[in-house]
Amino acid sequence: MIEVVIIKFVLASIVFFAALNLAGFHTWVERKQSALIQDRIGANRADIFGFRALGMFHGLADVLKMFTKEDIVPANADKALHNLAPFFSVFFALMTFAGIPFGDRLIIGDRVIELQVAHIDAALLYIFAMLSLGVYGVILAGFASRNNYALLGGLRATAQMISYEIALGVSLLGVIVVYGTIDLAEIVRAQGQLIGGWIPKWGIITQPIAFFVFVTAALAETKRVPFDLPEGESEIIGYFVEYSGMKFGMFFLTDFLETIVVASLATTLFFGGWQVPYLMPDGFHFPWGATWLVPNWVYVLLGVASFSMKVLTFCFVFMQLRWTLPRFRYDQLMSLGWKGLFPISVANVVVTAILVIYFDGVH
Amino acid sequence: MPAVVKVVRRRELTFWEKLYVPQIVSGLKITFAHFFRNLFLHTAHQFGRFKNFSAAATYQFPEELRPLMSRFRSRHRLTRREDNTPRCVGCMLCETVCPAKCITIVPGEHPDPNVEKYPVRFDIDLGVCVYCGYCVEVCPEDAIRMDTGILDLAAYSREAMRLDIHELMNPLLRKPIRECNLKFPHKCQLNGGQMTGSWDLSRQVSQVN
Repeated sequence: MIEVVIIKFVLASIVFFAALNLAGFHTWVERKQSALIQDRIGANRADIFGFRALGMFHGLADVLKMFTKEDIVPANADKALHNLAPFFSVFFALMTFAGIPFGDRLIIGDRVIELQVAHIDAALLYIFAMLSLGVYGVILAGFASRNNYALLGGLRATAQMISYEIALGVSLLGVIVVYGTIDLAEIVRAQGQLIGGWIPKWGIITQPIAFFVFVTAALAETKRVPFDLPEGESEIIGYFVEYSGMKFGMFFLTDFLETIVVASLATTLFFGGWQVPYLMPDGFHFPWGATWLVPNWVYVLLGVASFSMKVLTFCFVFMQLRWTLPRFRYDQLMSLGWKGLFPISVANVVVTAILVIYFDGVH
Repeated sequence: MPAVVKVVRRRELTFWEKLYVPQIVSGLKITFAHFFRNLFLHTAHQFGRFKNFSAAATYQFPEELRPLMSRFRSRHRLTRREDNTPRCVGCMLCETVCPAKCITIVPGEHPDPNVEKYPVRFDIDLGVCVYCGYCVEVCPEDAIRMDTGILDLAAYSREAMRLDIHELMNPLLRKPIRECNLKFPHKCQLNGGQMTGSWDLSRQVSQVN
């Protein structure tokens, strides 16, 4: 029994370490990537003993600054809720990672370890529940500040997240129909099959429309440009106006964490998670007949590497999108969500269901 | 006559544009092109290649100065004759034309009868100067120019912003000035003379330190 606890603890540590570091790394990527896109150099002044490391220490400097800043709670604010809100935000963003499988079964001796912190057979539902609960942090922050602008920001965020949650959920119905399960590990395993012996049966191949709807809706969930109306850093003032210091930093961290969650989900559902094309549990089986057998640990390691690469690529693309697109107007945001994505995702589910029955027959 | 109202209608989006995705892709094409071009150039610069292609449009200011146009108006200087005496003949035209009234000239009689006058004091208060360049335009002797290229003018006091003839004749000089290095006919009375200029030593030392 104690071994199980230790194994889970180690897995959770690995995921926390990776997620939090990647989130911290995002501040650097955000600065440098935007600089390169805009023909600038980007933050490069912070140094430790003269080492600038391409400006990577600015993230550390930010954290130091945020921890040492005065934490101001407005006089009229609801102090308990005001303190609770950022923790809510970060907590649910971090909890989401528990459901994401980042590698196939690792076999050590006669023990089989699932590389997924919480092996839940309804992991997809769990992740959605956690993502939806994240909105409580936002609305609480807006409400507890007792500031009309913050409250309006919180309401904008809530309306946006609820609207896009529906498109998000319905778009994934197609994926569930195709793979016939809501266990994320099983969905990834099902994506290891090949269509016609050549093409991996990844979600992007079987559900391309659902992929676009999912990514759009998921980006809206992360509250980043082009859907950053809840925050509107520069002009319309978001739900965290009344926050300072590390409590503000936690909202910031939540944004980055949610981006990583969305990147992981998109990878898991549409890009084969930890699947490497033609890599079966016992080794490579190429379509032209060649085989190259690898031991279990190499197979798992390749899977984890593949998952990480895909997540990083998604983070990169999301960041690029964030620095390419302007912000939506609020009515455009709502009409895109309700009149655009929602009907498309419903139509996608219907068409997928018909096709699945046509090809596979009724079970 | 009824008012004519001109209705300007916004162009309707075409179906292709309403799809968003192709438009987003074309936007991404631009940003990706910039990103990879600059990433490649930054990497190449590290290895000393493609140095003549700039990877950024910005200048790393304190280390890397921005190139100035030749007509750029920067800090003033007084030009010299061949014998290193100031070209200025103390005609007061620049002091008269100066819209900010930041120039103070005290002319003295030059021993050479062909020159007539020379500036005993020539002070410019840079805290007041508006850098219009009228003094340069009006000077009949080409005695004052604004071509030193010095932009980083900052001081801890207003007095330190006041340039005297020593600093104007030698742009590299900074206060406090211990001794006068100006040539005859200049009679600079640094120590206890009747006519003290803004270069008065005792005052400056206390201000600067």
